[in-house]
Amino acid sequence: MNRFTYTKANSIDDTLREVNADHDIKFIAGGTNLIDLMRANVEHPSHLVDINHIDLHAIQETAEGGLSLGALVKNADTAYHEHVQSRYPLLAKAILAGASPQLRNMATNGGNLLQRTRCYYFYDTATPCNKRVPGQGCSAINGFNKIHSILGTSAHCIATHPSDMCVALAALEARIKVIGNDGERVIPFAEFHRLPGDTPHIDSTLKPGELITSIELPSKGFETHYQYIKLRDRRSYAFALVSVAVGLELQDDYIQEARIALGGVAHKPWRDETVENFLNGKKAAEDAFETAAEMMMKDAKGFRYNNFKIEMAKRAIVRALVDARDLKTPEPLHCYTYNRHQQQ
Amino acid sequence: MTTIAADISQASYIGQPISRVDGVAKVTGTARYAGEYTAPGLLHGLVISSPVAKGRILSIQSEEARAVNGIIKIYSHENVKDLPWFDLSYKDMNLLPGSPFRPFYSNEIQFSQQPVALVIAESLELARYAATLVRIEYETAPFETDLENNLENAFTPKRGKTGYKKPKNRGNAKKQFTKADVKIEAEYMHGAEHHNPMELFSSTVVYGKDGSLTVYDKTQGVLNSQSYIARVFDIKHKKVRVLSPFVGGAFGSGLRPQYQLFMACLAALDLQLPVRVVLTRQQMFSFGHRPATWQKLKLAASNDGRLEAIEHTAISETSRFENYTENIVNWSGRLYSCDHVKLDYRLVPLDVNSPLDMRAPGAATGVLALECAMDELAYKLNIDPLVLRLKNYTEKDPESGKPFSSKNLMDCYKQGAEHFGWEKRIYSPRSMKQGKQLVGWGMSSGMWDAMMVPARAQAKITADGKLVVTSATSDIGTGTYTIMTQIAAETLGLPLEDVSFELGDSKFVFAPFEGGSATAASVGTAVLFACKKIREKLLSLAKKLEQSPLANVQDEEIVFVNGRICHQDDIECSLSIREVMDRTGTKYIQEKNSDLRAMFKQLGYARNTHSAIFVEVKIDEDLGLISVTRVVAAIAAGNILNPKTASSQIMGGVMWGISMALHEDSFMDHQYGRFINHDYAEYHIPVHADTPDIEVIFVQEKDTVVNPLGIKGVGEIGIIGTAAAVANAIYHATGKRIRDFPITPDKLL
Repeated sequence: MNRFTYTKANSIDDTLREVNADHDIKFIAGGTNLIDLMRANVEHPSHLVDINHIDLHAIQETAEGGLSLGALVKNADTAYHEHVQSRYPLLAKAILAGASPQLRNMATNGGNLLQRTRCYYFYDTATPCNKRVPGQGCSAINGFNKIHSILGTSAHCIATHPSDMCVALAALEARIKVIGNDGERVIPFAEFHRLPGDTPHIDSTLKPGELITSIELPSKGFETHYQYIKLRDRRSYAFALVSVAVGLELQDDYIQEARIALGGVAHKPWRDETVENFLNGKKAAEDAFETAAEMMMKDAKGFRYNNFKIEMAKRAIVRALVDARDLKTPEPLHCYTYNRHQQQ
Repeated sequence: MTTIAADISQASYIGQPISRVDGVAKVTGTARYAGEYTAPGLLHGLVISSPVAKGRILSIQSEEARAVNGIIKIYSHENVKDLPWFDLSYKDMNLLPGSPFRPFYSNEIQFSQQPVALVIAESLELARYAATLVRIEYETAPFETDLENNLENAFTPKRGKTGYKKPKNRGNAKKQFTKADVKIEAEYMHGAEHHNPMELFSSTVVYGKDGSLTVYDKTQGVLNSQSYIARVFDIKHKKVRVLSPFVGGAFGSGLRPQYQLFMACLAALDLQLPVRVVLTRQQMFSFGHRPATWQKLKLAASNDGRLEAIEHTAISETSRFENYTENIVNWSGRLYSCDHVKLDYRLVPLDVNSPLDMRAPGAATGVLALECAMDELAYKLNIDPLVLRLKNYTEKDPESGKPFSSKNLMDCYKQGAEHFGWEKRIYSPRSMKQGKQLVGWGMSSGMWDAMMVPARAQAKITADGKLVVTSATSDIGTGTYTIMTQIAAETLGLPLEDVSFELGDSKFVFAPFEGGSATAASVGTAVLFACKKIREKLLSLAKKLEQSPLANVQDEEIVFVNGRICHQDDIECSLSIREVMDRTGTKYIQEKNSDLRAMFKQLGYARNTHSAIFVEVKIDEDLGLISVTRVVAAIAAGNILNPKTASSQIMGGVMWGISMALHEDSFMDHQYGRFINHDYAEYHIPVHADTPDIEVIFVQEKDTVVNPLGIKGVGEIGIIGTAAAVANAIYHATGKRIRDFPITPDKLL
């Protein structure tokens, strides 16, 4: 861990004043990822700005009929919020599939978006990693890559984005409100995270010094037909091997609108609009779902230990679509683990 | 604590589910662990680990780090001199053949994460910062860390560590295989596993003015640590006191002194100041582990299911510098009646640190393969897996021909099956379903040694009627404090609150390290006899008192109850212990014991614990999701001192067996010769959501041979066989035999 200075900001203005091109500044909120990374000597900010005291702690209804999730609202508070539970149960379910209650009580919405990959090699400074130190090389491509990407990879990086929440946000087409010294802007969710390319050290399109202020949910929440399936090596407290967020709008047996987003398979939550367009207007039946799953994995490529993810993702997509279609009454969302001794 | 025995005429603690006597201290945080002790001016050490698996250190540049205000000193092979040269100085009670790892001995790197430098600073934060400023240049050398690629380089070890038994063949298995009706052959593999106790390895060393050391260490044996320090640093034993009153889990990892102990003592002696060194979670993957092992089982049987030949080969990894050995294949010659057995155990030296005993070392591995193979044989024979075990039941130890001191595995099978509902099992794989899920029921047998090793205890009763019993043994979370208190209280008929048991201090009388499930039997017997001696003295004092009501009572009619010495039929005919002490002017009575008579009696017998484990799994086959939903563990382990702590031991073992079957794997990256999933996030052990209902049954088993209390020990037996039962249940559910452990969802797709 390096030495750093620390200030506590009380307002957005306070925060932005701290931004200085000469310093490697990080904002710190829940600290559930950043502090670990500092201790592992992966991140070494010279200055930390504590943003916990800025007024970004509210969940509010928006004029467009959606919901605005303050960047500093805790993941747990978001998942258990009345409106999130009733109108965006897909989001609640995804959040509760992640981490542990203790972590969700600390972690914030903004921080969830900015958490870094769980690639073993990224964390272990004894091994080369392009994401940690550009130009070092990627250890995962020929290493133990069971948890790595099958889509959108590059020769420089096959890391995944570890969030569950973000998979649901991608499916819901959330928008991210940010502010910087150049003013405010809104980033569509699909454009927030990026693929590794030849600059895998950059995870998102957030500019240096920009602060996330809120996550804006559109009015459509897919609360009647949704599913989040997370597949992992144990039932809780493990990152996804593959996860699927599905939202369906059905009329009779036909799909009006479909959303599918995948986690654990790429450097960002993965969506494919051609697949969704294919489903729109189709009968919500297994054969269409299977075709959609095949389409979605058309360009997938394994790296030995993660080859299984291609088949696993296909099956999870079909299962999530079936579950979403057949959803009768929303389940109570306490602490979600898929298939926990599921008795049917 | 209330006096449980208050209204019982015969005070009885043995066999009662007494809550842990140290429970309140643990949950309120007053129980202190090695890394929690402090001293004025305490310095903190951080270990720097090698990023390479093999090679040499070319240079260490530490000027920048040393220039940081608050950095005291940086140690490495460059400035640590005058340490002993001889291997013997570094040997510990585990006695692995070979040359033990010697920290800072030379510039040679023998394994990845080898400790190469120690930064001592005024605070942990400073040490951690300065460590990032130390530049170390390495020359790398080719290394080999892949067991499966090196099976042909395996050799048969000539000797092994403490407790190693050379596998014994009998009959002519090879010949028998050629003429057997039914045969199976299968290969099994599991990777390395690390102990990962919650508590990180820590040592706090306080330097005394007279040059003595007071060492708070995380260990399973304070005397082991004491003797190691005395020999390595050439100081007298009496100048080193090692304390380890509480241990936050160890599971075998504390059987050898770990290098943070060396580091903390080195710095404390050199600086003549108090020093604490705590390893990081990543560094917990730098020392011993359950070795990766490849196994092959061949079983032959007659058409009616009688075993005719067993062939078991196991090849495990070891380090280049020590031969770590386990009794892996031996169980295959002892669990069933079979005349023709061929066993083969070999080692492959790799560029890794030496493996180390981990819960049920050898048996967890060997019984896994044997019991999976038995299930495969049952299906080849088309008979029920439990019936196959019953057909091959043995009343005597088939290896030595000796009778068992006691063996009630039969009741384990019967009661386990009954509680589980085994008779409702539908034989064919894939035939049981619940909704969309496949249901599988599997079972396994288990076997472990009932060991007793020399140990001593000292008991002292004072005039106020309080008893203090001491021994240099450990409580690694197993319940030693509690069961020893029970034995002492029962022997002297004292209320529990008048008895205290102290352990984990090298100034106490001898006890070996806590391992092999031997502590309850070994230390328990010593406590029993020490207390019995006090009892005799008290009785003789009581009888000699003027007008003693007990003067003419026969010794056999005397009972000690609730602090009183009584006639068994007449509670009025009694004296209190305090009164006896008071009237005879006795300030205290102190007795030591190391009664070994029991150990001679044992020689004519095989002494073992046994188990039958029944497991239910539910599987979402499309998605590869496995849930263990129910476990019944029926255990034959002699007399159970405390069913509460013993059940906890078994449940912990069962969970670990599930973990071995489904989760645990230290993944070795052969690009770097390094375990790569080295933290709790990625090294998976079961969490609550993975935890099924576990029913523990202790079957009646009276044993007068193992020791006077009939104790066999329960630390290991819970894990043995559990992983096989899970794998067998998965086969029953899916029809798939997965022989590469752990069985993760990707292997089931």
